[in-house]
Order: sequence, then C-alpha cells, then structure tokens
Amino acid sequence: MTRIKLNVDGVRYDDDVEPRTLLVQHLRDRIGKVGTVVGCDTSNCGACTVLLDGVSVKSCSVLAVQADGKAVTTIEGLAEPGGALHPVQRAFHERHALQCGYCTPGMIMASVSLLADNPDPTDAEIREGLEGNLCRCTGYQNIVRAVHDAAAAMADGGGAAPPQVPAQAAPEQREVAV
Amino acid sequence: MIPVSFDYQRPSTVDEAVQALSAAGDDGKVLAGGQSLIPMLRLRLSAPSVLIDLGALADLRGIREDGDGLLIGAMTRHADVLANPLVRRYVPLLAQATATVADRQVRHLGTLGGSLAHADPAGDLPAVAVALDATMEIAGPDGQRTVPAGDFFVDYLTTALGPADVLLGVRFPSHEGWGTHYEKFQRMAQAWALVGVAATVRRENGTIAEARVALTNMGPVPVRARAVEDALTGAASTADAIAAAAGLAGEGTRPTSDLTASAEYRAHLATVLTGRAVSAAAGVG
Amino acid sequence: MTITSQAPAAEVGAARKRKEDARLITGQTMWTENIVVPGMLHMAILRSPLGHARISRIDTAPALREPNVVAAFSGRDVADVQGSLPCAWPVTAELVMPAHPPLAVDEVCHTGEAVAVVVARDRASAVDALAAIEIDYEPLPVVLDLEAALADGADLVHTDQTTNKAYTWIFDSAQAGTGGAVDEAASGAEVVIRRRYRQQRLIPAFMEPRSVVVDATGDQVTVWSATQIPHVLRFLLAVGTGTPEHRVRVVAPDVGGGFGGKLQVTPEEMITYLASKRAGRPVKYTETRSDSLLSAHHGRDMIQDIELSARRDGTVLGLNVRLTANMGAYLGLVGPGVPILGAFMYNAIYKFPAYRFECTGVFTNTTFTDAYRGAGRPEATYAIERIMDELAVEVGLDPLEVRRRNWIGHEEFPFTTVAGLTYDSGNYEAATDRAKQLLGYDELRREQAARRASGDPVQLGIGVSTYTEMCGLAPSRVLGSLRYGAGGWESASIRVLPTGKIEVVTGSSPHGQGHETAWSQIVADQLGVAFEDVEVLHGDTRTAYKGMDTYGSRSLAVGGFALVNACKKVIDKAKPVAAHLLECDVSDVEFADGAFRVRGTPDGGRSLADCALAVFAAHDLPDGVEPTLDADDVYDPVNFSFPHGTHLCAVEVDTETGRVTIRAYVAVDDVGRVVNPMIVEGQVHGGVAQGVAQALFEEAVYDADGNLLTGTFVDYTPPSAADLPDIVSDRTETPAPDHPLGTKGVGEAGTIASTPAVVNAVVDALRPYGVDDVPMPCTPERVWQAIRNGGGQS
Repeated sequence: MTRIKLNVDGVRYDDDVEPRTLLVQHLRDRIGKVGTVVGCDTSNCGACTVLLDGVSVKSCSVLAVQADGKAVTTIEGLAEPGGALHPVQRAFHERHALQCGYCTPGMIMASVSLLADNPDPTDAEIREGLEGNLCRCTGYQNIVRAVHDAAAAMADGGGAAPPQVPAQAAPEQREVAV
Repeated sequence: MIPVSFDYQRPSTVDEAVQALSAAGDDGKVLAGGQSLIPMLRLRLSAPSVLIDLGALADLRGIREDGDGLLIGAMTRHADVLANPLVRRYVPLLAQATATVADRQVRHLGTLGGSLAHADPAGDLPAVAVALDATMEIAGPDGQRTVPAGDFFVDYLTTALGPADVLLGVRFPSHEGWGTHYEKFQRMAQAWALVGVAATVRRENGTIAEARVALTNMGPVPVRARAVEDALTGAASTADAIAAAAGLAGEGTRPTSDLTASAEYRAHLATVLTGRAVSAAAGVG
Repeated sequence: MTITSQAPAAEVGAARKRKEDARLITGQTMWTENIVVPGMLHMAILRSPLGHARISRIDTAPALREPNVVAAFSGRDVADVQGSLPCAWPVTAELVMPAHPPLAVDEVCHTGEAVAVVVARDRASAVDALAAIEIDYEPLPVVLDLEAALADGADLVHTDQTTNKAYTWIFDSAQAGTGGAVDEAASGAEVVIRRRYRQQRLIPAFMEPRSVVVDATGDQVTVWSATQIPHVLRFLLAVGTGTPEHRVRVVAPDVGGGFGGKLQVTPEEMITYLASKRAGRPVKYTETRSDSLLSAHHGRDMIQDIELSARRDGTVLGLNVRLTANMGAYLGLVGPGVPILGAFMYNAIYKFPAYRFECTGVFTNTTFTDAYRGAGRPEATYAIERIMDELAVEVGLDPLEVRRRNWIGHEEFPFTTVAGLTYDSGNYEAATDRAKQLLGYDELRREQAARRASGDPVQLGIGVSTYTEMCGLAPSRVLGSLRYGAGGWESASIRVLPTGKIEVVTGSSPHGQGHETAWSQIVADQLGVAFEDVEVLHGDTRTAYKGMDTYGSRSLAVGGFALVNACKKVIDKAKPVAAHLLECDVSDVEFADGAFRVRGTPDGGRSLADCALAVFAAHDLPDGVEPTLDADDVYDPVNFSFPHGTHLCAVEVDTETGRVTIRAYVAVDDVGRVVNPMIVEGQVHGGVAQGVAQALFEEAVYDADGNLLTGTFVDYTPPSAADLPDIVSDRTETPAPDHPLGTKGVGEAGTIASTPAVVNAVVDALRPYGVDDVPMPCTPERVWQAIRNGGGQS
C-alpha cells in the first residue's frame, strides 16, 4: 500500500492504495466519483477523461500513485458549486450532443481541455482535438457544434473559466541535468 | 482489466533510479508517462514485479539550448514539446511528428523518452530521432554515456538501454535552415502509422546538398533510407529527381504483414510517402 | 381552476431539449456498474483461449485457496441447473439448435466462451484468482469458413451434431403468389448481373460495457442489467431458472447504448444469477472492453449471392438472392431471424415482378451473431443498392435514373411488393430531388468528368442509396407466421396524479433514444398538460411490468401508438367527471386545447387536473364513475411502417495510396411526421456514422485458429470525430397513414442507408480503373489492391 493525497473536485482525500490501482478505479471505488466511467482497456475510448492539474488525461491510463499530490477535476466538479453548468455542459445539452451519454463525461472534459488550449477552434481542430474520445451514438456532428457554441459562450464571458487548479501546475521550463 | 500486483518505487534521483533498477534486475520496469505501459499492464501483457516511476525526477523534464541544438529531458511530455518555441525553431520536424502521436490526453502524459525507449516500430518519434541525427544521453551502473539514435534502436521493442539504464535526455542538433517534413499514413485518426516518413533536406542553390530520410514501421526498427539519401544528395531539387529517389525507399526495409497492412502495401506506401515527405521538405510541388 | 387562456403551443414537432441530459452531463447517471448492493461480491470469468476444444479436466478448487475468494465453479458444477440459453426465433421446424450452456461443460465452441468463474470480495481478487483454475483442453478442429462448413465431410462445430447447417429458409414469389418465377425472368432477360457481396462481421461496440448485478438471496430475484430488453429477460430468466415470474424483477437502469448488442439474454446474466445463488450473496459482473469485443454477440457476417435480371432499358425483371449467414457457434436470441428480416427488403423500393430469397444459416467456431443496428435490413439494402449501380453501368444509365425506372411512384401507394408487404406511403421522387439539390449532384458529376479526363490522382466518386426499411416491429400475427416466439405489441400506461401531474409507464426500454422527452411531448399534447408535468417511467419490471422493449425502430411506431390510445382513454374517463364539474351532460363535453368545455362555450373550461382532484376526493362522483383517470393500452400493430429516403455521398479517392475521404454526405429521410426533429436528426447522424463505419473502417477478424484478432479498440476501430464527415441532413414528410401521429421510425434508417451510399461512391470513383467492387471495409489497402487488380485506367 502507498499513501497518496489527492484533491478531487476541491476536496482533499488521503488514502492508502495498492500501487496497481488505476486512477479511475480509485476515483470510482474509493472516492465515490462514479460519474467518471470506463469504456475500454487500451486508452482508446476516452470515456474516463478527467483533468489532472488542469489538463485532460485518461484516468484509466494513470496509476493512482502517479497522481499523488495532484488535483483532479471530474465531470462532477465541473459545474459551479451553486449548480450553474459549465458552458460546455450547457452546450452539450442545447445542441443534443449526447444520446446514451456514456461517453459524455469524458467528451465534455476533453472539450474543456481543448478549449483551454484553443479558445476558438475550427471544425477540423475540434474533430482532431477529440480524436481520443469515442462516441457510438451521435456521429459527433452535434458534439462539434456544441464545442463551437461553448467556445463562443466562453469568449463572451458567458461562463466559467477553466476549472481552478489548486495544486501546483507542472513547470513549463526546467533545466535538464544530464 | 486490472494489472498484476507490483512493488512501486519512486526514486528522487537518477542514481537511486539506477540502483533500484539494478536491484530489480529482469523483474523491474521503468514507468515514464505510462501511456504505452499501463494499457499493457491492464491487459496483463506485461507483468513486472517492480515498477520504478521516474515521475519524481524533475531534472529530466525540460527543454534547453545546448551547443548547436537542443537538449530535451527524457521525461518531457509530448505536450511540452509541442508548446516549446525552441523546438519549433530548431527541430520543427519533432513538433510536427509529436503532434501526430496518439491524442491530446495521451500527449499530456506521454513523454519523449518513454516513446523512444519503448521503441515501438510503429511509433513516430524513433524515425524522427534518426532523421534528426539525435543522440541519447544514458545513465547506467557504469556511469553516463551517449548513443547515437542510429545505434539506439536495436530490435523490435528493444533499445541499447540495459536493464539498469535510465534514458536521461535527447540531444537534437539544430536544423535551422533545413527543410523537414513528417508524412504519416494511418488508417484512422487513432491508429498507429502504417508507414511514416521523416525527411530532412538541406538545399544549396537549387540542389539538395544533404538529406536524411528515416522510415517508420518498415522494419523492427526505424530504417534509414540510405538509397534515397544517396540519390538525393547532389540532385536538383525537382519533382522528377525526388520521384526517382523516392522509388528507392523500399531498399533495405523489412516491413511486416499484419492485420493492418501487408508488407507489399507498406513497401508501396513507403515510396509514395517518401516522395511526398521529401517534396514537402524541399518545398517542391 | 377555470381555463380561459389560449391553447398551449403544440409539443409534437418541437425540438425540445432532452429531459435525460441533466444527469448525463453532470455525471449523476445510474449505470449498472455504479450499483452497489450491501454484501455484494464481484465475479470474474475465465474464457476459452481456443476456438474449439474438449475440456478434458477442470479444477476450480485451487482458486478457492486464493485470498478473498468466496466461490469458484465451472460448467460441470452447474450442468444440471444452468439450462440452455434461449433462442426465441426458430425460423424453421427443422432448425438445428445446439444446447447453449451459459458455462461450457465438456466442449468449448468459440474463443471467449465462458468456462469457469471466481466470485470474490473485490474485483481484483476475482481476476487474480482466475489464474489458479486448472484446466486442460484437447484441441478440436476449428470450423471458420462458411462454404467449407457446408461441404460433405466437413469438421463439425459441435461434436454432438451431425451437420453445421442450422437451417435453410426460402421465400419464392411464385410460390407465395406475390410475383413471378425468377428463373423465367432470368431466361427472358437481356441483362443478367451476378455478384457476390460480403457483409463483414461487425461488433456492436456500445460504449457502456455490459454489466449485471444479481441479488438472488431472498425470495425475490432482482437483476440490474445493462440490457435493451428487461421484459424479455424477466420472462426468459423465470422460464430458464424455474424462478416464478412474479418473483423476478429486472431493472435496466441508465443503459449506455445497445444497437442490438444488448438485445440478448446473455451467458453473463445467467452465470451471474448462478453465482449469486451459489454464493448466497449479491454478485456483480462487469465486462472489460476486450471481454465485450470477444464475447458479446457480433453482427452481420453473410455472403450474398445476388442475381439481377433486367431489360436493356434498365427495367428489372427478377431478383434472386442466395444468402449464407454465419450464426457463429450458437443461436442467439433472435439470431436465426436476422437474415429473415432482410428477406422482405431486398426488393427495396422497387417494383420487381419476380423475387426469390434463400438463406442458409451456418454454424462456425466463432462468437454467435445476432442483431446489430438494422438487423438484416442493412445487408439487404447494401446488396440491392450495390447491384442497382452495376445495372446502371451495364445499361449505360445514371444510377438515379435506373432507380427511377424501377421504383414505386408516389401515386402508387399503398403498394404491395413482390415480397408480400404492403408499403403504406412514400415519395421517393421528392426525397431524391431534395438530396440531389443539397449535394449539387449535377455539378459534382461535371467535376468527376473533369478529373477523369485530366487523370487526376485524386478521383471523385458519387454514391447513391435510395432505401426503405420496415420499422415498427412488429404485427404479432406476422411474427407468428415467421415462427418468432413472442408478439410485437407494446404497452403504455398513464397515471393521472391528484395534482394533475402525469406518470407515463412505457414498455419500451430506451438506452439513448430520448423517450423521456419524446413521450412527454406526446402526452403533453394529448392531455393538454405541460411538458414538465410529465414523468416517463421505464426499464423496471416492477413499475413497467408489461413491455416488449426497444429494438427494431419500434418504440414510437408501436409504443407511441399505445401511448396515444392510453391518453385517449384517459380523456374518455375524464369526460364524465368534467361533465359533473361543468354541470352538463357528458354528451355536451368536448376536449380541445387542454380543456374540457361545454360544447359551444369557449370559456369556463376545466382542466385534466381539475378532474384528477375530483376523482382523488371522489366525494360526490356520479354513480358508476370509477374514481380514477388512469388508463392502459396495449397496441399490436396491423402493419410495419416504411420510412425511406435518399442518401448521396461524394468521396475523394487518392489512387496512389487508396485512401478514401468523404467530401460530402447528404441524407434526406422521410420518417413520416416527427415528434422531435432534434432527436430525429441525432438518430440520423449516429446511424450514418455506423453505416460509414461498416463501409470504411470496421471488421471483426479471426485468424485460422479461431482467435479474434480484433479484440481491443486498437484493432476493432469505431471511428472518431476526426474520421467522419459533416452530414447534411434534411427530411421530406409523408405521414404514416395508419398511425395516429403519422410517425414511422428512425432508429436504424441512417445505418441502413449509408453503407451502400459510401461504397457505391468508392466504386464510382474507380470505374475508370476497371473496378466494379471493393470489399468492405474499403480500407486504403483494399482500394489500392482493387485499382491494381482492375487493370489500370481505361
């Protein structure tokens, strides 16, 4: 067992975990964040996407121990504390960008991360930017529309900024000691 | 699926990492970004008894100018490579190819060193390292050493790294003034390259003075397309000359047939894509 | 309350945002995998690594010595209680139906077949302990090739059977009296075209892996399952296990997609039930994606031999279809019937005078096949739409013109086809004209000619698909005549609560279709209540005890009919109450725009809520008035419905690499009247994506030993956003004349239409290279090979 500390959706959790525990299992089985789901075992489908220190990752391809000391934002932590939806969540609803909804948590988190890097993406950039997330229902067209709408809403200041990252962000530049 | 149980170590220095690997012997495995390894652990295709996580070695993460070129730490994430202005200036080929690696989430965690050390023949970055004449900085039980990219890739999923070696970083000579291009052919956006071609070309007065071309997935390791390079060197920078040289791309390759493509098709693609990569690098067409 | 206001705007036809979304976009969804029951254990399944073998020895006892393991057992331990998984569609009296034990006992017949299980305190312990199970296999010959399987002396898929042939089913229009004889048609034809098409094996690949929790610890057995068919599962679980049906409760919580792939009573559901019984604890099993791709039922996998006879002017004289359909190792719930559903669709929208269909179902040592989106109809549509293009080339006509010369004119409906179905309505001309206009068909043909003339390495192709399908499965008498084991009705119940709020109980079981929204819209209009005041309940046999579930584009076509009928019964029950409140004779009460009024008196009406409160109090109801407004209806359709449309696809083909890029895709669908155009468009988008995926991307592949090579999403490749085009979708609207809402159904239309549109476009691009077919999926390599084999540019 290894002791880890995580900040998940603004709450601190200290746990002993087996090193083989995947971050997504830890989120679901220990912390109770069952909004994040598992869709495959090869990191292709992206259903398990969360933000780790503010950037999108596939929580099925991260060990919980690797996330020690970091901040995780899941779909459950995306809306404002008062319940106001994130612009991406709103746009997915308005644009009918989900049907069965299983891919939706990951798709929304990936979209949030994409828009943080590229606030005004083209159709092609959205499609490329979401290539790591599979949806079997929608054919993606309404997802592309929704991400456009969310981008516009966020540009108008009509919604939340990307989620706050309490833990330290990764340093951009470092000396390489070789 | 759930990995087989393992011991987890997170050394805080390179020396500790080398010691941990030495102690673990054949049962040890390095964890870098984990984007290739963790799926293999989940499918139980890999079951090391000790996992040595290099994630705490902050010194291995970063990019800086180094002589005539760049030194990129092995634990530098793909996303950091992509965001770095020095990379775009000195080795834009690396940025172009890195942008095609997997997807955004994977690029947020996957590392340059991890991709090179994993040495998947379908991976994009090994051929890029070869085409850019990179050198690998390695620490091991007997100290530090340097291995040229051309010698680093030994066989399928096998490199010059010994069981207790740690890849520290990669030196890329500056390619300012060169034309470069990575041409990747994949069945689908998420798929691995069926074939990829990394081309670098230096032109002088309308002729090609120097060229390095390396092929992805045309053998168990990245293949330097020597015949193409020889034909290009000194040739006029024209579509005809490039097409003639590209026709030699299959020489010295050992493509495999598998579910995704036949060897014959790969060989055909290699010539087409080499023509396209070199033309783009040379600014022809 | 007294009503004087204007009627509310009609809900039906409005693009209402979905009620379902709130929980789905916030991560508060109740997937089966999220369900935790006190005392629950976890199960892991050991699966056969071989395609065909005898189990010579199996010992699960060592697993019991592993930490946290509560139970471990193999098929031999449960052989006398596990029964055989059901096939509900024995299409012929002579059907060969091998026993299908949930856990293999002596023989495994496909890779991935379940052989033993471990039940443990946690999932990791269960998975770890699988390695301790000792098992010896004696390999047996593996049968994979359909034609070899039918040859004399072939190795057998099941050693206890004498043949690999499951059945042969024939329809002949000459015998049925619906048309002529195909042989005569062929002998008198100026043109006879024969083609063999291959429907590759597909995997439904719903995004939510299947999951099941069974609590069989008390008198009641409760099953939570990611299923499309909770009602069918309840019935068959009761019959299969001997549990009295009234003690079985099945719940389909939020279900993450199905596409036919969850239209099954699965080995895993039965094994989990057995595990819960043996362990005396609730048990959960959730499959991994690799388990799912390996062992959840597959789809398609047929060889289609098609012969089309015609005159030189393009008029078709006869169609002869011979199918060889791969059943896999066992017969799935409706597996044998899947090709039969297609039997009525090969003649498509055309007036063929003679038709014969023969299908032979064949066993192989592969995962069993069953319904996948469209189920028989995409295969039929593919074959006919592909060969109509070949006819167009042969007689030198534009592909749309050859279709026009054969299709049913809009003035000819209702039209009884050569397959014996009566198409209720349609307007193929209107849909085709609209599609041509949206694509810029004539302009693209000019560009195509220019590219051909210039020898452009990137060629342009235009593909056509004018499809119809049969929706609204299905009239029970038709199902009976086809030997299907159940009816095709659907139920609806309306509960009018004292405050006037409405609970709707539907026997449909949605898993992404948006029934909660669409049903609310219908009820709002029918009862004159607010959309928000309707709650739709489904997927739990305790609340929705009667239903036939969701598949075959049936929910609105059949369930919607029942819903409207139930609403009408509510209004009929409310009228005497309203008369009482309005102090008039019941014959003077009329209901319109949400209010009961005295005929000819615009003001002073009473709402349904007024009536609801009156029957709740029931203080002074007239004699004989039952104090409830609740009503049920079960509707059995009298006919199928027949949506149709025209899909056009333009592709660019890089002839140097073989890569196909979809440049434009136009879908014009006529699904009758539309309840929610936003949802309809979403169904079209998703359907087209799946059809494009069959055309270009997906194929399940076995090696010569029967190992599935496409066992993860690395190798079985549903397309991502970056692989798919924008779809231009539009509708024409020809109402279904026999349906109270005029709706036809849309769930499968996109999938049925799109596959031939794409492949026709690919082949069209390559005609100058002597190419007349590219096998699916049209991968770059296959396109390149087709160009090489085609003999070069003519």
